[in-house]
Parts: sequence; C-alpha cells; structure tokens
Amino acid sequence: MAVLQEQDRVKTAPATAARRRRGPSAAAWIQSVLLVVMALISLVPLLAILVGTFQDGNEVIRRGMTFDVDLGTLSLDNYVLLFTDSGPYFRWFANTLLLTVGQVAGTLLVSAFVAYGFAMYEFRTKTLWFIMVLLVMTVPFEMLMLPLYVQVNDMGLADTYLVIALPFLASAVTIFFFRQYFLGIPKEILEAGRVDGVSEFGIFFRLVLPITKPAMAAMAILNGMLCWNNFLWPLLVLRSPEKFTLPIGLNTLLTPYGNNYELLIIGAFFSLIPVLILFLAFQRFFIEGITAGAVKG
Amino acid sequence: MKQLLYSKRLAPYFFILPFLVTLAVFWVVPLGRSFVMSTQEVLYGQATFIGLDNYERLWQDRIFWQALFNSLRYMVLTLVLLIPIPLALAALINSNIGSARIKGFFKASMFVPALTSVVVAGIVFRLIFAESDTAIMNQVAEFFGFGPVRWLRGDVTGLVALLAIALWRWTGVNMMYFLAGMQAIPTEYYEAASIDGASRFRQFLHITIPNLRPTIVYVVTISVYGGLAMFLESFMLYAGNNSPNNQGLTVVGYLYRKGIEENDLGFASAVGVVLLVIVMAINISYLVASGTFRKEAA
Repeated sequence: MAVLQEQDRVKTAPATAARRRRGPSAAAWIQSVLLVVMALISLVPLLAILVGTFQDGNEVIRRGMTFDVDLGTLSLDNYVLLFTDSGPYFRWFANTLLLTVGQVAGTLLVSAFVAYGFAMYEFRTKTLWFIMVLLVMTVPFEMLMLPLYVQVNDMGLADTYLVIALPFLASAVTIFFFRQYFLGIPKEILEAGRVDGVSEFGIFFRLVLPITKPAMAAMAILNGMLCWNNFLWPLLVLRSPEKFTLPIGLNTLLTPYGNNYELLIIGAFFSLIPVLILFLAFQRFFIEGITAGAVKG
Repeated sequence: MKQLLYSKRLAPYFFILPFLVTLAVFWVVPLGRSFVMSTQEVLYGQATFIGLDNYERLWQDRIFWQALFNSLRYMVLTLVLLIPIPLALAALINSNIGSARIKGFFKASMFVPALTSVVVAGIVFRLIFAESDTAIMNQVAEFFGFGPVRWLRGDVTGLVALLAIALWRWTGVNMMYFLAGMQAIPTEYYEAASIDGASRFRQFLHITIPNLRPTIVYVVTISVYGGLAMFLESFMLYAGNNSPNNQGLTVVGYLYRKGIEENDLGFASAVGVVLLVIVMAINISYLVASGTFRKEAA
C-alpha cells in the first residue's frame, strides 16, 4: 500500500505543475462538474434520511422520503424521543458495540494466526489448504445458512453471541489479506528469533504481531463495519429481544402496523454515525480494508 | 511440549489449525448435511429418505424457476452496470487532470454508501421509492414528465429500485478496487505508449484493461456471488419476503421461505444445493479460465 501512495504522489506532482502553468483546462472543468454532481447524487439518500429525522415519522411513511418539506413542520422532537424515550434502542446499540468489539478482536487474532502459517512456512499440503481459503471466499454464506442454522440448534448454541462470531473468526478474506502482508516481512526476523531461542509461536506473538499494526488497522475497520451491519446470521440465531443488535432491532420497527416510525428513522440515521465518524477519521484504512482482496501481489 | 513449540515442521499445522477446524465444522459438515437433507423429508425432526423427490418437486416448481430467473436477471444486470461504470469512473479519477480535492470529495462520497447496513439502505430506498407523489423518485419522474409511479408494485420498476440500491452501495467500492489496480500499473507503460503516439483511449484499452485483469476477475467473481445470492436487499425493500407476484423473490429468498418460514428443510436444502452448484460452477470455470488458481498456487 505504501507503494501505491508513492505512485500517487509521483502521479499528482506533474499534474499540479501543469495546472499552475496553464490553469484548469476545459476537460478538467467538465470532469470536476461531473464528479461533484455524481457525488451529490450519491449523498441524496443520506441527506434524505437526515431531513427525515426532523419530520414526523408517520408523515415520512405517508409522503415518502422527500426534500419537499414545509420548514415550519420540522422539529427536534425525534431527537428528544431518541434520548428520553427510545425503549430498547440504546440496549441494541450497546449489544452491537459489545458484539462488534469481541468479534473483531477474535477475528484479527485467529485470522492473523492462520495467515502466518500460510505465509511463513513451507509444508506439503499448503497449496491444497490455501485453495480451500480461496474457495471459501467464493461460497456465499446464504447457501450455508440453513444447515448451519440446523446445526447450531442441535448444538444448543442458538441465541448466543458466541455462535454469531464463531464460524467467522477464521475469516477467509482477512486471512488472505494478512498473508499478503506477512509475505512482505523479511524472513530474517524469524531466523533471528530462532537463534535467540524464541519458540515458533513466540516469534509470531512477540516479534511479528507488533509490527503488523497497519494491516491490523485496515482489517479491524473492515471487520468492524461488517459486524456492525451484520444482519442475516444474527437474525437467524437471536431469539431474545434483549439480545437484539441494531440491524435486527431496527428491522422489528419496520412493520406496516408500527407506531414507532419516528424511532425507525432517527434510529436508522443514528446507527450510521459511529461508522461515519470512523470513516472520516480513518478513510485510508477503510478503503485499504475493503479493497484488500482485489489487489494482489 | 517444548519440542512442539520449537518444531519448524509441525508449527505450520498448528497455525492453520483454526482454519481447518472452521472449515470442517462450519463448512464441510453443514454442506454435507445440506446434501443429505436434500434427499430427505424432514418433518418435526424426523427425517425420511426420499431419494431425489425434492429435486423432482423443485424441477416442477414454477415459483422456484421464477426465483431463479429473478436472481439470474439481477446478477446479469448488476454485472452490466457495476463493472463498466465503476471502471470508467476509476479511469476518470486516475487521469492526471482535475483537482485532487474534488477527486477526494468524490471518492469519499461514493464510498460512504458502502458503510450503511442493508437494513438502513432498505428503509431509505423503500421510502425514496414510495408511492406518494412527494417521494424523491416520483419527483424525479415528474420532472421527466411522467406521473407518480407505484414503483414497488410493478415488476420492472421494482427491479429498478433493487438495482438502484446495488448501484448506490457498490459503485464506489468497485471504483476503489479498479483505482487501486490502476495505480499499481507502472507509469512507464503509459509514457512509452504516448511516445509511440497512442491515444488515451487506446492506452486504456491496451494497457489499463489487460493489466487490470486480476482486479476485474476478482470483481466479477464477487459480483456473480453477490448477484446470485442477493436476498436482503429485496427482503428490506419489500419489508419482508413477500412481494407482489413474487417479483422480488430470489433463490435465497425462496430458500429462506421454505426452510425458515415454512420449515420444509429437505426441500429448502435442495434449493441450496442447486444454488451452490450454479455459483460454484460459474465461479470455478471463470477462475480457471482466467488462470487465477494457477497463479495463486504457484
């Protein structure tokens, strides 16, 4: 990734010089206008929900999401509702936070552990197992959900957070990413550790893990986002309302007979905020994490 | 014990052990079970072997074919939209004209939708495509001179709404994939081409596209997977698994309906097996044809 940025700089430097010489060309103007317009279109749904948070919930359901609103009808009532009388909303919020932190920590540790095995050693069946990692990446989870659901019920693990996380701790995408990263670490570190009498696992935990922070950050962000938004598997596993996560809880508000539409809209909006803040703070890691699989070599 | 910790020969197996266990317990066993259940009638926990009856039922099931058609249609259309458009946008951003600040703003704005959960995206799009003439999409329709549309009632207009969600959420991500791939292409290639007098468009065709192949392979693969396995977008857009005339029903939606909602596990497993075979067949043949396995294994 550092290489990419290097090239980024190399590429933009002459461009800046050219602009200083001639000022923006017509092509640059057209490009800029096009980009701004598309960016704004892309932001419309988020702006629409933001406007919706200031409207009466039933009104939003009746009229749809719209910018055609009477300014006089906008109010902060929904925000007051959210912080004073939102029932289980913040419980869902806390549950999601807890599950996300736990699952991300587990996924990073387990996946890095596995990836290290693939990156640093030669062993006979390595290619076979690594092809399995690649295959697992291309099997949709939706296909496994039914037998997995039956199996979890048989094992008596339904309705636990453990089983939401357990099947995904050795995450194929995360393993793949860490393997790429470890391949770039000089093997001399391992040899030096061995000479000093550190065990194979000690080398991983004490010598290699501490220098993988950038990779950890990218994968923490990617997995954190996926966990925060995870819906289908928790929907199948969770039964008790007090264990619901944000997406599951919000979904229960989306009924035709609901009287909680205020909470639905502002709750949906509010659930975006943690991820948005993280994104603005760590944009580079988000993009690196999400595009991890596609950049090989 | 001490020997184990220091053995260079055994260590790799310990390191990959969590993956092997996960593979066995959460992939191989459930998949095997899926195959077994697909040959059974499962009622109240009692399984009876019925051979290929479920597959025969599936073959004659009109709704299954409709769901399969819907999934395939969605997959093809997302491929048609979500490869060329992001590719063109990435090329636009990667060119060295234009302001870096505007490009940054554009990248961030296109990427933000990917951060939303499918639940929030579904709620928002359901209300943007609402029937009322004040809803955003109906105002757009009015601007172009046609009246309020009941988007989610019609087959084609419902599909438009589903594709809008897909475009909104994934254009930015695919664009970033392509951009990352483009930035890894050495600039000398382009310099050499411009010295030879190749136009920008020819450079794009003959340098960018071939060098981007691994990225394109990856994006196509995950798009095939995502397209055929689409379920939640429809589930959220139609506020449940039922849509008018099953127009939003997908294969996974049907699997969910049969397996979870109607508890017909045997039949639902047969649906899952068919889906698995289709996705794996498409993906593996594509990966083999593009030489990806050979490269990774090397």
